Amino acid sequence: MVEETPWQQALRYANRANPYPFYAELRKTPVARQPDGTYVVSTYREIVALLHDPRVSSDIRKIRQATTTDAEQEAGASEDVISLEPNIITSDPPEHDHDRRLMTRHFYGPQDAPHQISDLEPEIGRVVAGLLDAMRDQTRIDVVDEFAYPLPVTLISKILGVPLKDEPRFHAWIETALNALDFGPEAISEELQSQLEGGRQGVRELKRFIAELLDTYAKQPGPGMLSAMVHDDGREGHMSEGVLLSNALLLLFAGHETTVNLIAHSVLTLLRHPDALQKLRRRPELIVPGVEELLRYESSVQFWHTRSAVEDIEIAGTLIPQGSPIFLVYGSGNRDPERFANPDELDLERPDNQHLGFSQGIHFCFGAPLARLEVQAAVGEFVRRVENPRLVVDPPPYRHNQIFRGPRHVLVDIDGIRD
Amino acid sequence: MTLSATLAELVRDFKANGRIVIVGASLAGLRAAEALRGEGFAGSLTIIGDEPYEPYDRPPLSKQVLKGWVQADHTQLPRFQELDADWRLGLAAVGLDRATRQVRLANGEQVPYDRLLIATGTRARQWPNPAEAALEGVYSIRSRDDAERLQQALMAGPSRVLVIGAGFIGSEVASVCRDLDIPVTVTERGPAPLIGALGGVIGEIAAEMQRDHGVDLRCRVGVSSLEGDAGGHVRRARLSDGTTIEADVVLASLGSVRNVEWLEGSGLAAGFWGVGCDAGGRAFDINGVTTDTVYVAGDVARAPHVLYEYQFLAMEHWDNAVFGAEVAAHNMVNLEPGYRPHLLLPGFWSGQFGVNIKSVGVPPFGDEIVFTQGSIKERRFAAAYGRRGRIVAAVTFDHGKWLQYYAELIERSAPFPPPPPGWDRPDVMKPIPAEFPEPGVPTAIPDVVLTGHDPNERRAEFRPRDRPS
Repeated sequence: MVEETPWQQALRYANRANPYPFYAELRKTPVARQPDGTYVVSTYREIVALLHDPRVSSDIRKIRQATTTDAEQEAGASEDVISLEPNIITSDPPEHDHDRRLMTRHFYGPQDAPHQISDLEPEIGRVVAGLLDAMRDQTRIDVVDEFAYPLPVTLISKILGVPLKDEPRFHAWIETALNALDFGPEAISEELQSQLEGGRQGVRELKRFIAELLDTYAKQPGPGMLSAMVHDDGREGHMSEGVLLSNALLLLFAGHETTVNLIAHSVLTLLRHPDALQKLRRRPELIVPGVEELLRYESSVQFWHTRSAVEDIEIAGTLIPQGSPIFLVYGSGNRDPERFANPDELDLERPDNQHLGFSQGIHFCFGAPLARLEVQAAVGEFVRRVENPRLVVDPPPYRHNQIFRGPRHVLVDIDGIRD
Repeated sequence: MTLSATLAELVRDFKANGRIVIVGASLAGLRAAEALRGEGFAGSLTIIGDEPYEPYDRPPLSKQVLKGWVQADHTQLPRFQELDADWRLGLAAVGLDRATRQVRLANGEQVPYDRLLIATGTRARQWPNPAEAALEGVYSIRSRDDAERLQQALMAGPSRVLVIGAGFIGSEVASVCRDLDIPVTVTERGPAPLIGALGGVIGEIAAEMQRDHGVDLRCRVGVSSLEGDAGGHVRRARLSDGTTIEADVVLASLGSVRNVEWLEGSGLAAGFWGVGCDAGGRAFDINGVTTDTVYVAGDVARAPHVLYEYQFLAMEHWDNAVFGAEVAAHNMVNLEPGYRPHLLLPGFWSGQFGVNIKSVGVPPFGDEIVFTQGSIKERRFAAAYGRRGRIVAAVTFDHGKWLQYYAELIERSAPFPPPPPGWDRPDVMKPIPAEFPEPGVPTAIPDVVLTGHDPNERRAEFRPRDRPS
């Protein structure tokens, strides 16, 4: 058997709770070619350089796998994306810029909706308070199911105008789709293979659900961003139906999945670092830099997989040939000792913390302003109100997905919930 | 005691008991003071400023403040550090005696120092004819008070605003006027707006942008005189092409003048382009010898830059004030080899006519330009400047997120033209002359200027024109 590369080992499910030793190994070769022709970039400096390099495409259709023929490539690609148009994460300028401008207008656009997100602060506070109140009489809580998940899903549904009553359905579709996605050596396992069709079915169902919702809003305008985008009559017009559908899917999915992981990981990390937890209790204002550090420490998006080199790119002594897939490993760049002093230590007051948790460049996280508010409120109130929280299982069980890495459950024993 | 132990003791003693005076209470002065405290300096700290206000932020003055979004007195800079400083506001420094290490204030008081930071910045160049400049309705803009007065004049609904000089300030004010639906004429003696900072190719795009937004832009035209009515209010301007413009508000945006007059007789390398210093902020004396006690930061500083053939750069940029101040502060309370250099890649931004303009590097150092990304027609693009086959600067219109890529190319002295992008290529990607004006052609002075190799270039003879009385 051929020995696995550090990257392949990092992707194994058994290492999901702690991929960091493998990342450290990986960083010895900042740009590491994998057996399948993918170039994995693990050091901060190189990741940032490629995030700003206009010879890198984010459009998955531009990847040419060295190991597959064109025909296989086309068949694979169309099957994988289930004939969806590119969304803003998987497109390049000028289309990307155009589409993102149209979305920004209805989210936090400086000219059109500057207060849209900050005005949600009271509502976020109410949801957080309600979730904590509901756990008052419990001695054991699951931070994921009872706290980290409900907050973002409630907010994103409201912002988009997706009925919250449909949450059990779209939650299940997203889960099955996520579980079927694997970039590591276990992708060829029987277990994963048996989930592939289910995953595709999940995406199809989600797509149909959103398409119907957009149709409904086309006939009858309603609350939220999706309806507003359907009826956008601004200077740049509105998105084509297919592009709007792709981006609506992206917003619903990314709009809560990543935030769930950040809240769950933040609580987990603080419970593992009692000094930091104490400090945050004493100085609640540290929640603002604290959330940045928590996101650096456990990134909600560990890497991204749709980029490729449009031209030959020479970087860190390696030539990435044109067409090669490029994986930028944010989770590793955030622990790069060349950039962050003592990167494996949690420092809520870390100076110059320009982490990669939201990426950088033109694909900088669209929802970052919302995520920051949600996580600051959730983690800040958890720390303030939950009495004597203790981890029950450490490490907790993780979800299968490698990109959107996060615990499936975080069980915590508590002595009560303060007012 | 060993020598190094003695030196360490010296530094410790200075940090505990030294006296530092900062002249200039704006961005550079404030950030330097904070950095000094951050470095552990616990001695006495005096901050002298000729304006009566605590440090405030200037970029909004020609934008959000004029537009009425932000009040002029809501621009105070945030404080990052407890200062425990002696603030001497509303009092100008009028003299420096390096022999006795004292700064003389306008009220005759002498302030002693062990280390001095010069951060006196620049002021707006006034309309040259004093009688015309005194007419009511004639403005310049540099300070909070200037912005407040001009804002009130704009709110009063003038029939037409005349902007003299289409540099960044003039163009931004013209943009605000159009946003407020006020008729505006802009005159520029050069062939296009922004030409000193960005060259004629970009200037032509800026000109189209102005005209598309309804600005009456007149290039290659100067203002010969301003005329007032019987009440002493400005009414019209006579232009060098023989025409007249009726306007009741006139903004003279003629670039800036460095505040160095108070240094006359100090023996420092102070002159038209500012105070010469090394890359660590240590001032040069008039012979080009570094001083040990006097430091310079912000708009008034000019220092050699490794990326630009060690030419002295003077940068009127926000981040130059911040980072230059931090470096100077560090070096004021440390010794070799603990000195830090201020090797900032110049950069600036502007907002006008709905477009965000950003630049890195020194565009006027280049003689060619190539469009590298985006669309000129839609005014969303990136362009690079080159000189002798290497990239020296870049400019973006609504493409600021790509600037870091170009900054890195400039820092590496990468080949020009840079490699083409993988997508969103401009129609034409051929380098063309960047069309900077020849030195000496009258136009707005650009924000970054190359001021030669000599730290006291011809300045041994320097005599300031306007002496503070």
